[in-house]
Amino acid sequence: MIDQQYFDELVTLATSRLTGDEVVLISAHTETTDFARFNNARVRQAGSVDQTTIELDLIEGQRHTEATLQLSGDAASDNARVERTLERLREQRHAVPDDPYLIINTEPTSTHHVGEDQLPDRQAALAAITEGAGDKDLVGIYTAGGMASAFANSLGQRNWFETSTFNFDWTFYLRADKAVKNSYAGFEWDDAAFDRKLTDADAKLQALARDPIDLAPGEYAAYLTPAALEEVVGLLTWSSFGARAQHTSQSALLRLLGGQGELDPSIRMTEDTANGVAPNFQEQGFMRPDQVVMIDQGQAGDALVSPRSAVEFDLSPNGAAGDESPQSFAIDGGDLDADAALGELGTGLYVGNLWYTNFSDRPACRVTGMTRFATFWVEGGEIVAPVNVMRFDDTVYNMLGSHLRGLTSEPEFVFDNSTYGQRSSASVRLPGALLDSMRFTL
Amino acid sequence: MSTVISPSSADTLEQRFRNALPGGIDEATLRTVDEESEWLEVTRGTVQPVHSSFDSGAMVTVWADGGTGIAATSDLSESGLRAALDQATHWARATAAQAIAVAPPGLDHSGSYASPRERSWDELALADRIELLRSVEAQLTVDDRIADTQASLGRRDVRSLLISSAGGQIEQTFNFVYPMLVATAASGNDAQTRTYGRGSYCGQGGIEVLDRYGFRNAAPQIGAEAVALLEAPNCPTGTMDIVVAPDQMILQIHESIGHPLELDRILGDERNYAGTSFVTPDMFGSFQYGSELLNVTFDPTVAGQLATYAFDDDGTPATRHHLIQDGVLVRPLGSATSHARSGIAGVANARACSWNRPPIDRMANLNIEPGESTVDELVAGVEHGVFMHTNNSWSIDDSRNKFQFGCELGQVIRNGELAETVRNPGYRGISRNFWRNLSGVGNNDSFAVMGTPNCGKGELNQVIGTGHASPVCRFSAVEVFGADA
Repeated sequence: MIDQQYFDELVTLATSRLTGDEVVLISAHTETTDFARFNNARVRQAGSVDQTTIELDLIEGQRHTEATLQLSGDAASDNARVERTLERLREQRHAVPDDPYLIINTEPTSTHHVGEDQLPDRQAALAAITEGAGDKDLVGIYTAGGMASAFANSLGQRNWFETSTFNFDWTFYLRADKAVKNSYAGFEWDDAAFDRKLTDADAKLQALARDPIDLAPGEYAAYLTPAALEEVVGLLTWSSFGARAQHTSQSALLRLLGGQGELDPSIRMTEDTANGVAPNFQEQGFMRPDQVVMIDQGQAGDALVSPRSAVEFDLSPNGAAGDESPQSFAIDGGDLDADAALGELGTGLYVGNLWYTNFSDRPACRVTGMTRFATFWVEGGEIVAPVNVMRFDDTVYNMLGSHLRGLTSEPEFVFDNSTYGQRSSASVRLPGALLDSMRFTL
Repeated sequence: MSTVISPSSADTLEQRFRNALPGGIDEATLRTVDEESEWLEVTRGTVQPVHSSFDSGAMVTVWADGGTGIAATSDLSESGLRAALDQATHWARATAAQAIAVAPPGLDHSGSYASPRERSWDELALADRIELLRSVEAQLTVDDRIADTQASLGRRDVRSLLISSAGGQIEQTFNFVYPMLVATAASGNDAQTRTYGRGSYCGQGGIEVLDRYGFRNAAPQIGAEAVALLEAPNCPTGTMDIVVAPDQMILQIHESIGHPLELDRILGDERNYAGTSFVTPDMFGSFQYGSELLNVTFDPTVAGQLATYAFDDDGTPATRHHLIQDGVLVRPLGSATSHARSGIAGVANARACSWNRPPIDRMANLNIEPGESTVDELVAGVEHGVFMHTNNSWSIDDSRNKFQFGCELGQVIRNGELAETVRNPGYRGISRNFWRNLSGVGNNDSFAVMGTPNCGKGELNQVIGTGHASPVCRFSAVEVFGADA
């Protein structure tokens, strides 16, 4: 990965190559990632990835073109790449019309954050994992390393946000599809904390050893762990909180926005940048406020507004990226003690994880998906047996509205484990949810 | 290839690689990927910023002392490759004692491939490409109730080079084109969306890909159907026959045949993320996957299909194989590595999304072979059912058993004839039962060659394009539902 000085020097070079009234915006992602993939507690694939991409937006007046460019890490080579990219963008700009929705941050704020590198030694981490697995069937992936997001423009704004994180995302398998999913992520490896995760997973694994039962389709009371709830609300974060989606009838919260759908008054959903691990600036250099309240007391609140949507729909930008998806999504906790959740459930389903959610009726905010990993039938507040996978199909207005009995009081913080293209800096903070009923169909 | 990054020639890269090879290893490979892409989009009448992408990098893999190590770098200088090879060698040795043993590939053959391309993308100047999109996008707005419109056009040009210390060298160049149209009609708190095959009308080639499925003239019908859906009744609910169009069949193939046949899933690699499979090694050669009408091929030879190639990313020559023949499961989607691990012969399907991710077992072109029936005959055989068009929702369990799919548009079939359009058509089932109820397969006249451009899998995560082709098919006794059921 590159460091801030390297990035600044590239920006200086790019700025020096501008002509006329041109302005250039440059954002960057850089990372060095160690990874080890496990199957049956053995290493399936292991290695390192070193990569740096920058995005350039070359602007003159209201006309502009954009490019993503991979850097090599060699200054002479990268300088030449940047120069050629600017030439290409300048050439393309002649072919494009004015962009009525182009907006540049007129309140430049420079920031600098470099988190301390406290990552464990590569060999020590792998040893802790294989020793922790013992003779269990462990499958998963360990990633670790430094990464940084950056923004700069030719007007003088500079933002650099660098962290060093690890994320071990793993599953203990008992047999077939009976398994316990867990994760351990953060900035500094703590053997005791990892041991507690292992112990907790092991206890659930014991419960999975009982004979599984098949449930008939129908409505059942259910407790969704924070991980299970994440699969439901994760669908909303893709497409429903953005101003563009809401103004073009694409949001799945259409009925809530129109006053025809209701969520429970205890529901408060936020883009909680202040308590997340993502940068507090987006790729065009707009700053993210500490918090954007998207749902408050069950009612629609503020949308996530990207700079383009701000102009198109006459709104104020609030630090959203172009995709208008939250990076530090949070749901406030409720009154339910997580340790008492099974007791409160009484009889019903403990759902450890859900999987492969998708909309079965988007305007109705109806979601379908599968139970996965540790899902149990509970009677009298005690786990009775694991349940074979079931398909649910229900609306968010039911699950977080009329059928919601309560939310646990201490939301869990979860680092996003996504590595599509690059390691993610997103996170979620979610409680568990106790539902009076949930609809299962297959 | 890219004039921005100016990739080095194959000979230059090979020389650097050989100069940088460390001693004492069993084998090493260098896989470079250079990519240039362009994405154009017009949304609600406004041209969005033209976006280009220039990417270049390499993954080196080293086999040493019984271990395998990987290092990906964007520094393709000799010193950069040397650093990556040293890093990969370290990984190989550091993990050898705990590793799932994978033998060196012994890659010593050479070859090449290039996408068939009739007309270069650059035949249309950028301004003309934008004007084409503006014109097509404008035709989506056929009614005041159209609330959102989008036309987009993407192209990717990719060169991959695989060089082995054992002497092999494989060079392949690909040209991909991705056209898309979307129209959303809205009224009150209701909205319906219709698309140009939900992105499935993509393929290899030049600008001629736009004409394979009538991109230039498709917009008015898409807009009109979005409005029609807004006014249409909900899909009926019940157990009935369905006829499925190719732009839904491709998802049905992908999710309930493709993924469960991936041998790395069967071997457990994906259990923490993408999932496992209901298919077990003992099923190959005997398991009745579907009715005897079901014939599924892994076919990397179809000209212009999205995942056509001559070699996979491990260098295995790619040839056509039946995976399911007359309904019987015969072969998995397993690469040479998975073959060695399991003893089950597979296909050339080790694929990586780019230079920064290692190859894993993937679908490539996975196609249902045409049958004998005309579409009219398939419809005529249905007393009461629904014709399903264009996927818009997909969900299936991690063993690939219990699925539920939603489509953009349905047409009721009544007494063997197409009747009214219905909205929110969906169906659910269990994979093996569903395929065993395949009761009719369309002939070549309804056979469509398509693709799914964004298939996610793997840890590290990877998105890759897969090709699928299918005729119209008919299934009996399926659980169908609409929005209110």
